[in-house]
Amino acid sequence: MSSGTLYDKVWNFHQVKELPGGATQLFVGLHLIHEVTSPQAFSALNEKNLEVKFPNLTVATVDHIVPTLNQQRPFSDPLAEEMLTTLEKNCKTHGIKFHGIGSNSQGVVHVMAPELGLTQPGMTVACGDSHTSTHGAFGAIAFGIGTSQVRDVLASQSLAMKKLKVRRIWVDGSLQKGVYAKDLILHIIRLLGVKGGVGFAYEFAGPAIKKLSMEGRMTICNMAIEGGARCGYINPDETTFEYLKGKEYSPKGQEWYKAIKWWKSLASDSEAKFDDEIQLDGSSIEPTVTWGITPGQGISIKEKIPNPDELPMNEQQIAKDACKYMNLEANQPIEGTLIDVCFIGSCTNGRLSDLQEASKIVKGRKVSSGIRAFVVPGSQKVAKEAKQKGIDKIFLAAGFEWREPGCSMCLAMNPDKLEGRQISASSSNRNFKGRQGSANGRTLLMSPAMVAAAAINGKVTDVRKLLQE
Amino acid sequence: MKQEFPKGEIKAIRGRSLVIKGDDIDTDRIIPARFLKCVSFSALGEQVFADDRKELKGKHPFDLAQHKGSNILVVNDNFGCGSSREHAPQALMRWGIRLIIGESFAEIFFGNCLALGIPCMTSSKQEITKLQNLVNENSNQIWDFNLKELSISNKKESFKLDLEGGAYKMLFSGKWDATSQLLDAEEKINNTVKDLPYLNNFK
Repeated sequence: MSSGTLYDKVWNFHQVKELPGGATQLFVGLHLIHEVTSPQAFSALNEKNLEVKFPNLTVATVDHIVPTLNQQRPFSDPLAEEMLTTLEKNCKTHGIKFHGIGSNSQGVVHVMAPELGLTQPGMTVACGDSHTSTHGAFGAIAFGIGTSQVRDVLASQSLAMKKLKVRRIWVDGSLQKGVYAKDLILHIIRLLGVKGGVGFAYEFAGPAIKKLSMEGRMTICNMAIEGGARCGYINPDETTFEYLKGKEYSPKGQEWYKAIKWWKSLASDSEAKFDDEIQLDGSSIEPTVTWGITPGQGISIKEKIPNPDELPMNEQQIAKDACKYMNLEANQPIEGTLIDVCFIGSCTNGRLSDLQEASKIVKGRKVSSGIRAFVVPGSQKVAKEAKQKGIDKIFLAAGFEWREPGCSMCLAMNPDKLEGRQISASSSNRNFKGRQGSANGRTLLMSPAMVAAAAINGKVTDVRKLLQE
Repeated sequence: MKQEFPKGEIKAIRGRSLVIKGDDIDTDRIIPARFLKCVSFSALGEQVFADDRKELKGKHPFDLAQHKGSNILVVNDNFGCGSSREHAPQALMRWGIRLIIGESFAEIFFGNCLALGIPCMTSSKQEITKLQNLVNENSNQIWDFNLKELSISNKKESFKLDLEGGAYKMLFSGKWDATSQLLDAEEKINNTVKDLPYLNNFK
């Protein structure tokens, strides 16, 4: 059993009591809600005649269903409009702060909460969204929950949870030029598998992790869930404090110094015990791309699509399904795979530095003819800052579309969808069958810079070639 | 037809079974995102596995006449991975599923099922394959699930199943709907709040 880890310390601070079934009642310090997984929770609350216990600890935004072309109300999709109206009404009734369209702080929930300073080290963060693991980048314990649990958190600000084991993933070295946090996490998921993390919290540590910016760290923790780990975290350090300093909801004045002292005390002790430890070399990782239908089916840009018959027994069937669904041939290089659509955005890679890195590739170049390429900033703040830096103009000049913030084509609950058999290069997090809005559409996951390179060449490209030119 | 959803103690489930083959079946496949555009779960039963069913044009297990009214689903490894959407177990439950047996389950999906009173029982790959074959040989046979004995059996064969202790207790005692238990601890919740530095100006 783990001890002395950040996970253990934060868990202990939030333990309310042991429940008869053996689970722990865990207090939730920050509850984030959005329009998709909350309406039924509020209905259940009303049915049970319950109140929201701590309305000031729940924060709402709208992200999944928002259109990215025209955000005029009412939305042209009446179902989307109904979801937003329902959320607005629920927030108003229960006194919950809502960051709506036009508020300057709306965005993908996992982008907007950190940039407001809502997410802080040592918190427990829950949200009806599996990518809540993102917030672990700050040294919080953050995890996705279902709608019944959203109801429970609204009613009691707590959850019935079983304590997870802790696996430390130690990454030595540093990422090479043209290799990003996204490549690292795709590589880790490939190594440990999409269910390797079930039952674990992942602690990401080591020199390569320490060198990452907060935005890179969020990309890593965001996809912990794609490796089966319900939460992933990184110990807070100077990078964390520097990011949080001056944010709207960050502690101020004397409190700031006290906060830093507490936050520092939460980091895993040097003699902490982990349930499992894994070590890898970050310097040897290359740009990584998925070729299949799970985020674990990734290969480096230099590799060929694997022959299913040569894979371990338990991976063969899904690899065969993937080859068939993706219409990609075994033993062919992934580099050069033709694509139709390029999507830069999402809670994984829709932050300012993601757009900035991608814009460096795009600058002075043109999107290959026949490619539909678009950028969806992760939040209104990201959009504003990108515009201030002229990043939007770089993309527009190259032939990209520049959209309004939202989840967009990561899961296509808004009008942004693949059509038919289209294949996308996408900076998002899931390449599941049908994920991007077409029942037989196809997705290749990669870093935003790699998506940009794919847009320029019309095919999967090693971004390092464009960095050299 | 009005459906009875699970309530109270979940100790025994009786009924016919159906099989969904394949590892890593994610919640996007169980319920595609476009069906999440709703403020109530009520219509989801008809939309379960919508895209897979469309592709198989009536040949999907959830469309075959012989499986109508089945309430036990037998799956493979890492079932329910991906999105945390409770719409997935809600859709299965509203189609009629009351028990899922598989090699393993994704964590959030398992918890979401538990919150609805649907046990997710596990067994080895070998046993699951055997059970799936038996179910597919004769979809009319009645299976009896017994939580206390951790088993499912037909007239001839019996399979041992596993369930983690906490979930077992919650289902057995009928206390799988956590809200009331959580609300019981009001004083303790308030004490936890008092001791959390970030809710007390980091004093």
